Amino acid sequence: MPRPIEVSNLSVGYAGVQALENVSFEVDQGEFLGIIGPNGAGKSTLFACMLGLNTQYTGTVRVFGQNIHRSKGPLKKIGYVPQMMHFERNFPVTVREVIQLGMWHGVQEESVDEVMRELWIHELADRRIGELSGGQQQRVFIAKAMVNDPKMLILDEPVTGVDQASMSLFYGILKDLNSNHGITIMWSSHDLDAIKMMSSHVACLNRTLYFHGAAKEFFADEKLAQIMCQCTDPSECMEHNPGIAEPPPIRNEAS
Amino acid sequence: MVFEVLAYDFMQRALLSGATIAVLCSVVGIFLVLRRFSLFGDALAHSSFGGVALGLLMGLYPLWMAYVISIISAVLITRIREKYDVSGDAAIAVLLSSGIAVGLVIIGLSGGFSVDIFSFLFGSILLVSVDDTILILAMTGAILLVILALFRQILYTTFDEKQAKVSGIRVERITYLLVFMAGLTVVTAIQLVGVLLISALFVIPNVTAMMLGRGFQGTVVLSIGISVSTVISGIFLSYVLNIAPAGSIVVLAICVLGATMAAKSAGLLARR
Repeated sequence: MPRPIEVSNLSVGYAGVQALENVSFEVDQGEFLGIIGPNGAGKSTLFACMLGLNTQYTGTVRVFGQNIHRSKGPLKKIGYVPQMMHFERNFPVTVREVIQLGMWHGVQEESVDEVMRELWIHELADRRIGELSGGQQQRVFIAKAMVNDPKMLILDEPVTGVDQASMSLFYGILKDLNSNHGITIMWSSHDLDAIKMMSSHVACLNRTLYFHGAAKEFFADEKLAQIMCQCTDPSECMEHNPGIAEPPPIRNEAS
Repeated sequence: MVFEVLAYDFMQRALLSGATIAVLCSVVGIFLVLRRFSLFGDALAHSSFGGVALGLLMGLYPLWMAYVISIISAVLITRIREKYDVSGDAAIAVLLSSGIAVGLVIIGLSGGFSVDIFSFLFGSILLVSVDDTILILAMTGAILLVILALFRQILYTTFDEKQAKVSGIRVERITYLLVFMAGLTVVTAIQLVGVLLISALFVIPNVTAMMLGRGFQGTVVLSIGISVSTVISGIFLSYVLNIAPAGSIVVLAICVLGATMAAKSAGLLARR
């Protein structure tokens, strides 16, 4: 079975600014990959390329073995949960209707009830989406992403604006989807503790890829992790922090 | 008295056309309101006034030219927003004033028209002919069929363009189709409330329904109910009081909105 994601020499530039430079990595089936990096590091740009939203790039992005630039078909195997959405608070759609919006043609209506039960939102089915808390809304958007029974979930900073109590529930759901349902997960977050707790693998992105490998390798040196995630220029930061181990080499070199 | 009034052919045509336009404006209007495009209908109506004047100058049926100008304006507003990064309200303001300005210049240059230009400004639903009624019914039927066929795509694009795109929906095409249909709707509805009050039909019933409804389909049904009942009541009221139907329709719609807001403030409406 082809790998869910294969990115090779990906570079993206907007109006003279290099958003991504020569990024290459692969994601294996069943992997739980956390993407970290400061604001403006290119995380959302990377997701946009993988989801076919940005086609202005050089390099190759393969999703389940197919070049996403040529065919959008593999996107049917991916569920996408964006950052906290900013829609009209009084947008007149119920939770059920929001989940139905995500259904691909041919998906059975029963899937909506099933996925609502799995994510503990069946009691909210007839509530308006704008009335829910941030945590409840994110569960609805996961349900919407899950309704087509995807093989992979992509979540772009999914806990932004979500309260602490809802976060724990949210993380539990992601862990369950990955461990018990075998769903490959790729997510981005600024919360290093959450990335450490949840992810099997980590990719540190700051326009280019500074690290990609096992989470335990990356977090072996906490200070290194901090520098990688918070410095605008990690190489410069490393120079000013002698004694910190060099980051381990990037695990996957996409062919 | 109601039966007496209904015996008139012109009244039957006015009620049928008015109710049909009310349905059309509610359905198209809710997507515009939710996209924060509430004044879009106003801008198209004002620009179509230029089309009416142009049609009169060229000796054509004014509404045909209004359809052409309205559609061109709808596409233009959307294009300006996309290409030049001009905010929606600024693009709307430019076209809104230019339509009326062009219309006034044409009227001035031609030395005025014998046709009552006020009927285009304030509507003339009591004067609709059989041909007009057929056109209104056909236009409404066609637009509603398209919306029904593409309902999920239009709603998804309105809710969240980015996610709709990931789901394989051709968001740009849907947006252009929606503004194209809005252009047609505006000119069709001009006969009911005229250029100056058109946005009331797009906005007021939908804003009221959004306070009362829960899901999307329920809200649309409520909006249609409010719109049709205010249009029918307004036409009757205009006949009884001998006032312009457009005025009575919009005033009634505003009363319903006001009553809904008051009921909501007083806690009389059950929490959705």
